[in-house]
Amino acid sequence: MSDVKKFLYVNRKQPYGTIYALESLEVVLIGAAFEQDVSLAFVDDGVYQLTKGQDPSGIGMKNFSPTYTALGDYDINKIYVEKESLEARGLTIDDLQHLTWEDEDEDWAEKDSIRVVSASEMAEIMDQQDIVLSF
Amino acid sequence: MSTIDVNGTAVEVDEEGYLVDLGSWTPEIGTALAKGDDCELTDNHWEVINFLREYYEEYQIAPAVRVLTKAIGKKLGKDKGNSKYLYELFPYGPAKQACKYAGLPKPTGCV
Amino acid sequence: MAILHTVNKSPFERDALESCLKHALAGSSVLLFEDGVAAAVDGTAYADQIKGAMENVSLFVLGEDLKARGLGEHKLIDGITVVDYKGFVELAGKNDTVQSWL
Repeated sequence: MSDVKKFLYVNRKQPYGTIYALESLEVVLIGAAFEQDVSLAFVDDGVYQLTKGQDPSGIGMKNFSPTYTALGDYDINKIYVEKESLEARGLTIDDLQHLTWEDEDEDWAEKDSIRVVSASEMAEIMDQQDIVLSF
Repeated sequence: MSTIDVNGTAVEVDEEGYLVDLGSWTPEIGTALAKGDDCELTDNHWEVINFLREYYEEYQIAPAVRVLTKAIGKKLGKDKGNSKYLYELFPYGPAKQACKYAGLPKPTGCV
Repeated sequence: MAILHTVNKSPFERDALESCLKHALAGSSVLLFEDGVAAAVDGTAYADQIKGAMENVSLFVLGEDLKARGLGEHKLIDGITVVDYKGFVELAGKNDTVQSWL
C-alpha cells in the first residue's frame, strides 16, 4: 500500500508533571486505527514514561503506565529509547517496563518492542520519517 | 445528568448512556444498561463483556474494535474472533456497545 | 532566616534546580517535588551537584511524586530525606519563608 506513511511520535516529557505524555499516548492509540507505520521515540525526560512500578495514586492521578503494555496489541512494536537519555538519568533498560508484541507470522511468538538506540541512531530514525509528532 | 433504574436504585449515566461512576458497576447494572437498548444479554454477550472488563483492568483502556476482535479470536477461538460474530451480538458496534454494558468508558479512538 | 526552597521542574528541562542551589544559603532546606524529583536519583548528570550542595543545605524529596514515577527510594542519593505531603507542610511551617523555583 502506497498510502502508508511512516509516523514517529517523539516523547520528551515526564509522565505526570505535565499532560504531554498522556496526550501523546491517546493520540498514538487513536492514530493506530489508521494502520500506518508507527514508531515511538522516548528521549530526554520522555524515558521516565516507561519506568516500571509507577504508582501515582498518592498524587491523585490515573496510572496510565499499564497502557504502554497494550501497544503491542495495536501493532505498535517499534519503541526506541535513547541510551544517552537513560544514562544521564541514572536509569537502565532494567528500570523500564518489558514491552512486547506477538508476531502473527511466527505463530504469535513474543518479541521485545523496546530498542535502546544511541542519539546518532535516533537522529537517523527521525530522518527516515514522513511525519513527526512531538510531545 | 440522567439516571437509569436498577432494581429500584437510580444509577447515573452520561448523555450517551455510559455509566458515570465506573467503579460502581455490577452485572445487574450491565443488564439494565442493555435493557435500555432493548438488548437481552446472553452468555455470548457476557463472554465479551467480561473479556472487556479484564482487558480494562489490565491495560486501563477499552480496546479498539480491531484489537478486541483479534484478542477475542485468540482467547475464545476464530469462530468468535471476527467482526460478523461480534456485530451480531452488538449491532451498534462491538467495542462501543459492549463497553457501555461493561461499565467502561468509550474506547479510545471512538468518536 | 530559614528558607525552604522548592523545585518542581526537571533539572534536565529547566535551570530551576541549578539556580536554586546557587541561591540556597547554608542551613536552608531544598524540597524536590513533581518533575523535580528526578534530581534526587543517584547516578544522574546532576548527582554530583546535589551531593556538593548537601554539605550545606538539607535535601528533601516528596515520596508521592517518586512513587508516581516508579523511582524507588533505593535509587536515591544517600542523605536525601523522603517526606510525604504532611512533611511538606511541616517543612513550610518550620521555615520563615518558602521560595518556589518554578
